[in-house]
Amino acid sequence: MQEKIVVKDLYKVFGPKPDLAMQLLRSGKDKDYIVRETGMVIGVQNANFQINTGEIFVIMGLSGSGKSTLIRLINRLIEPTAGQVLVDGQDVASMPPQQLIKLRRRDMAMVFQSFALLPHLTVLANAAFGLEVAGVPRKEREARAMKVLEQVGLSAFANRYPRELSGGMQQRAGLARALVVNPSLMLMDEAFSALDPLKRTEMQGLLLDLQREHQRTIIFVSHDLDEACRIGNRIAIMEGGRIVQIGTPDEIIRNPADEYVRAFFNGVDVNKYLSAKDIADADAVPVFSAAQDFGDGFHAAIERLRSVKRNYGFVVDSERKFVGAVSIDSMIRSLESGAKELSHALMGDLPPVRCDLNLRELIGRIVRMPYPLPVVEAQGHYVGAVTQTILLKKMAKEEMTHA
Amino acid sequence: MREFLPIGEWAEKTVNFILENDHGVLAGLGDIVGYSTELIEQLLHLIPDWLLASTIVALGFWRLGWKFAVVAAAALTIIIGTGFWPATMVTLALIISATLISLCVGIPLGIAAALNRRINYLLRPVLDFMQTMPAFVYLIPAAMLFGLGRVPAVLATVIFAMPPVVRLTALGIRHVNKEQVEAGITFGCTPLQVLLKIQIPGALPSIMAGVNQTIMMALSMVIIASMVGGGGLGNNVLASIQRLDIGLGFESGLAVVLLAIILDRLTESFGLRKEERIARRKTGQSQDS
Repeated sequence: MQEKIVVKDLYKVFGPKPDLAMQLLRSGKDKDYIVRETGMVIGVQNANFQINTGEIFVIMGLSGSGKSTLIRLINRLIEPTAGQVLVDGQDVASMPPQQLIKLRRRDMAMVFQSFALLPHLTVLANAAFGLEVAGVPRKEREARAMKVLEQVGLSAFANRYPRELSGGMQQRAGLARALVVNPSLMLMDEAFSALDPLKRTEMQGLLLDLQREHQRTIIFVSHDLDEACRIGNRIAIMEGGRIVQIGTPDEIIRNPADEYVRAFFNGVDVNKYLSAKDIADADAVPVFSAAQDFGDGFHAAIERLRSVKRNYGFVVDSERKFVGAVSIDSMIRSLESGAKELSHALMGDLPPVRCDLNLRELIGRIVRMPYPLPVVEAQGHYVGAVTQTILLKKMAKEEMTHA
Repeated sequence: MREFLPIGEWAEKTVNFILENDHGVLAGLGDIVGYSTELIEQLLHLIPDWLLASTIVALGFWRLGWKFAVVAAAALTIIIGTGFWPATMVTLALIISATLISLCVGIPLGIAAALNRRINYLLRPVLDFMQTMPAFVYLIPAAMLFGLGRVPAVLATVIFAMPPVVRLTALGIRHVNKEQVEAGITFGCTPLQVLLKIQIPGALPSIMAGVNQTIMMALSMVIIASMVGGGGLGNNVLASIQRLDIGLGFESGLAVVLLAIILDRLTESFGLRKEERIARRKTGQSQDS
């Protein structure tokens, strides 16, 4: 995967003498000491991370943890004190102003928590703002803006003013303004935090839809765990200006780096974030190869199931794709009817579940199904099986670790 | 007590020094101000009183609704009926001239103060000085430097009337929503584009409030400036004091008040956003500030 953004040793000190603060930091003093002695605040301390092209990277943290500062260091709304921010290999932190303006016009856009629409412009003119700044003629920029307004479902309101719109609609306009310049990088600072929960979910859905159509690199600042887990490919968790953990939502939930991260998830129903893949057990059900294990009819397979005291087995093809399930009963019945082909013994009523199926739906499926459920990846590769017992054990274990 | 700081002496010496060494700069400046004020005055005199009066009433109807139009019509009828229309036009010309100069200097100064902390620190005490120094005091050096007549009247008025627009411009620009400014920068605005496309439009209500205040200050100062020969309604007020003429004093004073009301409401209405104006028109209320 290609790296869109590389952040190296990035620092931001707020105060009159940042050099002094940097010296103190390098000599091993911590930020509390520096605030106490000099009054200067360390906004971001030693941030290091990469963001891949097409990824939604969520920066999470409580207020004051430096997440809004960090996102502003990336497009240099805030001047970094030290370190590098490489966007497509170019260092934003040391770029001359003219080049920086060009980069912002061409390749970056931002969506703000307060929407930050210009009150004296119509929705259409607001959406076209980035193009206007770049000197695109009126006709062209309004046509392009109109197209994006249609995408976000706001074309009927093009000639209204922002104050005539609801919060959700204003943020659609804010999103449109960012999309019109067709940026490869979008920065979203608590973009949906000011919206009510219903609208927030709706906007997240819109963002994900847009992302499916056109893969952009998105950095999303949020304090909402549900939001982070829903839209984020990876999450960075910040505390006191430092990044304490980076990983996929799964990784972070299952292996929180420290107490702070763990506390972050307190009161959160972690089971909600478990998917079939996390629960599936590869050894729970015997697996037969369709090509090899049925060469001499079903006797060997029946023998093997009896020896491990199981009634069922799953069948996979040579690429380990799930084919179906067989039971001792179904195989004996096939033998008695004289059929030797595997297809006669397969039980048809056992559709596999996708590995990203969430826990709630999984429970719904499994209570209706007396057999183990096969879990497969998107391409059909067999991952493992889920039984009622496995599920209960896993949930009990999660309860213990997060209690 | 012994006086050991002869500041007054220094001030006098400074004025004298300027007088002796100005190499015609003051005269040139005075000519520009004098001629342009006279031009405005001539223009106002050229328009028949009924035409200008009905234009003002129509403007009032458009901006503020029929209630204000009635008030304005009554006020203008009183001014014309008491025979103070020509004097009012002279005063109005002085106000327009002084206000235009104040805005041309004051708005850029306000912008500079908003964007540059050092300019702001330097400007603040100067503005305090300009506003709090008793207005009469400006008349002495103004008259010494420019002679008697319209010019010292206008320039003394400029000094007295400029601070509000400087302050309110700076305040308005500093208070433009921070994320809106950030949005501008994010989408690749140059600093000039941020100023023109975001900060000034965002600060417009505040700037217009400053313009309104400057006009009102100019009106009060223009009356005082009749002492150095500014002319207009101030002359009548002055004459009424000298002659203890109660009738003349009341009539000319009333003309000043009525002119003030019309100017205040009209200029204020240009600072309001559209829906605020409509809301106010509906309730028929006017905000007194």
